[in-house]
Amino acid sequence: MNRKNVLYRIYDLYVDGFRSMTLGRTLWAIILIKLFIIFVILKLFFFPNFIKEHAEQGEESEFVATQILNQQ
Amino acid sequence: MTTDLFLNIDTSSIDWARAQFALTAIYHWLFVPLTLGLAVIMGICETCWYRTLNRSKGAVVNKPVDTFWRDCAKFWQKLFGINFAMGVATGIILEFEFGTNWSNYSWFVGDIFGAPLAVEGILAFFMESTFVAVMFFGWKKVSPGFHLAATWLTGLGATISAWWILVANAWMQYPVGCAFNPDTMRNEMVSFFDVALSPFAIDKFCHTVISAWIIGAIFVVAVSSWYLLKKRETKLAVESIKIAAVVGLIASLGAAMTGHKSAQSVAEVQPMKLAAMEALYNGGTDIGLTAVAWVNPLEQANYQFDDAAPLKIEMPYALSFMATNDIHGYVPGINDILNGYTKPDGTREPSVDEKIARGKQAITALAEYRKAKKDGADLTYLNALLSTINENMQYFGYGYVRDKNDIVPYVPVNFWAFRIMVGLGCVFILFFAVIAILAFKIPFLSIFTRRLLAIFCIIPETAADEYNITSLPKWHYIVAIVLVPLAYIASESGWLVAEFGRQPWTIQDMLPTWVAVSDIDSFSVALTFFLFLFLFTLMLAVEISILLKQIKKGPEYTN
Repeated sequence: MNRKNVLYRIYDLYVDGFRSMTLGRTLWAIILIKLFIIFVILKLFFFPNFIKEHAEQGEESEFVATQILNQQ
Repeated sequence: MTTDLFLNIDTSSIDWARAQFALTAIYHWLFVPLTLGLAVIMGICETCWYRTLNRSKGAVVNKPVDTFWRDCAKFWQKLFGINFAMGVATGIILEFEFGTNWSNYSWFVGDIFGAPLAVEGILAFFMESTFVAVMFFGWKKVSPGFHLAATWLTGLGATISAWWILVANAWMQYPVGCAFNPDTMRNEMVSFFDVALSPFAIDKFCHTVISAWIIGAIFVVAVSSWYLLKKRETKLAVESIKIAAVVGLIASLGAAMTGHKSAQSVAEVQPMKLAAMEALYNGGTDIGLTAVAWVNPLEQANYQFDDAAPLKIEMPYALSFMATNDIHGYVPGINDILNGYTKPDGTREPSVDEKIARGKQAITALAEYRKAKKDGADLTYLNALLSTINENMQYFGYGYVRDKNDIVPYVPVNFWAFRIMVGLGCVFILFFAVIAILAFKIPFLSIFTRRLLAIFCIIPETAADEYNITSLPKWHYIVAIVLVPLAYIASESGWLVAEFGRQPWTIQDMLPTWVAVSDIDSFSVALTFFLFLFLFTLMLAVEISILLKQIKKGPEYTN
């Protein structure tokens, strides 16, 4: 690929940047562990979408109406 | 008694959900202000490098370019990067909580909350992440001008992110640009611009972002002070202190001015919050601002029976001025708001009992509308119900209030958090003013300041005329380092005032917390609360440890 090509320069920026990281490696490791905990463990096991779990598709507004209007 | 202080946490899911949201928001806010603040400092450092580079190009004699400013910019960028990496995605947890713990709220706000967050995600996040890469990886890959632009755009991207988040938050405090659709049970956006450019959002944004710069400046002064204490990296420390002093002084004065504007917004749309902040039980004209008073932090204020908080010392007329820009302006107190009052323009603000009655009308009409529509009732009847809903929708949430006192926020938290924020804000103005005078050695003013400090025994009389920023007694640097946690306490106190002050509303006047919360088992919310507490403590310890290690390591000099 032509080295003056913009796409190559963007590719090179990232590849070379990631390769030459020092502290960045530790930070990326922390980010990835954190994202795994947040999206895989917390989201899947502890934070389901309450309305989707309890209401049928298309009946969400009815479900919320029941929840809200019955509290008076 | 002490349970009141700790959010009155009992076994109900509402209180655990509130505590969990507060914990997550407070944790998230540890990272955001430092990101916004350091972005300005590192931008200025790199601008200095860019100017050095340009000057060297125009020089007649060819000599090696002094790379000090580049190294300085790189050092602050490294600390920015650590904080940025540790803060990434901590805000997403709040969105999970909306979907699980606050599902009624999430549905009720509809696309109004979603739109600003989507814009934030698409525009600001990608802008931020793209330019962050150029900033860290591009020193040898792009031109100095492009790199400088990328550094500033990284900060701008973070600031734009903050804008959209604060737009969403401001809407909850002052719901504008929307209409409630009884068929979908959602609020629908009728004017994107009214939501995005809400005056409340603008005031909130200015005050929040400017106060974030204070944290950045204090952090830089503290790190630099540590180097001066250890007698190393002197040039970097002195030059960084100079930049931070200017940024910090402008920001702390700016925070005072935007805080004044913010208080006026609050006075206009959330008078109960202002009354709670001031422990103002009975309002009126020519009201003074409370400097100190005894408001027991452990129990709700006795506003129904006391005229004012005990041992009150006030600054005459200042609250009227703060709230209305007029020293004789009218400011309602808690009891006025509960019982109804006449505004200066002659219009009457209904009592809470009247609002409760109108809220009940809205709820009943909504329930009847949905039932009638299902039963195939005629259009005239449905339109009549719709008209009742629309007329009373602004008080919809009051229909769920059983006792009018339920709409009074917990006064002690608001009162003390406000005083901590303002008190520390004043300390920061003084601190940055002294630092700027000492760092820049301003003629006359520096001598005057040093003499003044000597009079108050802050520096020894014998050496008052000799001191400069690099040779202050050790404890001065220690004070600067101690200001870092105080800056965070001030910033978090601001959020406590903003969020505690609007209780019990998740959406002002429209949805109280006990209706917004999901019908969820309190055990699961309590479990995730403690899970977060553990995770957040661990992640914070990791961040502080990495930051300290890098500060100890110091900058890497090219020459």
